[in-house]
Amino acid sequence: MTGLLLPGGHALAAPVDLNGAGRYVHWGVIQVSVANLVVIGLMVIVFVAALLLPFPGDRR
Amino acid sequence: MSVPGEDGAATGPYTNVSASGGWTGAVRRRAVKALPPAKLLPDTQPAYMASWIYVFGVLTLSSLIVALVSGGLLALKGPGWWHVSTTGRYVNSLHLLSVQLLMFFMVIHLWGKFFMAAWRGGRALTWITGAVCFFTAIGTAFTGYLVQQNFDSQWIAGQAKDGLNAVGIGAFFNVMNFGQMLMWHIVLLPFVLGLLTAGHILLVRWRGIVPPIGATDPAAGGAAAPAARDAR
Repeated sequence: MTGLLLPGGHALAAPVDLNGAGRYVHWGVIQVSVANLVVIGLMVIVFVAALLLPFPGDRR
Repeated sequence: MSVPGEDGAATGPYTNVSASGGWTGAVRRRAVKALPPAKLLPDTQPAYMASWIYVFGVLTLSSLIVALVSGGLLALKGPGWWHVSTTGRYVNSLHLLSVQLLMFFMVIHLWGKFFMAAWRGGRALTWITGAVCFFTAIGTAFTGYLVQQNFDSQWIAGQAKDGLNAVGIGAFFNVMNFGQMLMWHIVLLPFVLGLLTAGHILLVRWRGIVPPIGATDPAAGGAAAPAARDAR
């Protein structure tokens, strides 16, 4: 699909094919898509990085 | 030392007139007293603000501005533009991506403020307006999904109506009604979100950013920082 929209689209296509049916994981009553789980994981990583990484410069 | 007029009192020939009454003067004096220019647009911040976690509030605000501007362009040009033209599709995608980043940054901002207990020191209203902003943004994003004019929006509307009917609000908030959802998405909810965001930022300016838990004020000889002390 992306190949139709962009010249050389296959090279620029998303690394994960987003055109198919979504994949889901289940824990009892909890069901979440892999895509949403990845975003939640990214948010946790960015949050922890924001706490640990030193802030450049002195803002006093 | 105060600048003439900075404390809200009128200067010059109208001094006695302004101080005597009138609701506009009273509102102005009260507003300037709560938020003098140096407090409204400060050029210095406490040392503890030198942390990446304080950046996510302004990233959220930046994403909101991109979402509002791109949404305004979409409203200006119409569906024939955003569905068909290359530029229109680009702005359409920019609108979606800015909202995704908005939610991403807002959740991290929320986590940061939650673990800082940012409601300390008389900041309860700041916390509450932020929380209501979060829920309003979710509603704005969901109504945006409903007005994509594609099979995705049809499917989402079909699923959402069952849930909303189950809680008894389907007659008032009809997700199958495209016109109603478009108005909620481009008028009502952005208006409320904009007002709440402005209020939230003014409250942050008024009360100041929350100090870390247990922070001490070096100027006060190691006593608890003002906001932390107020919370006790």
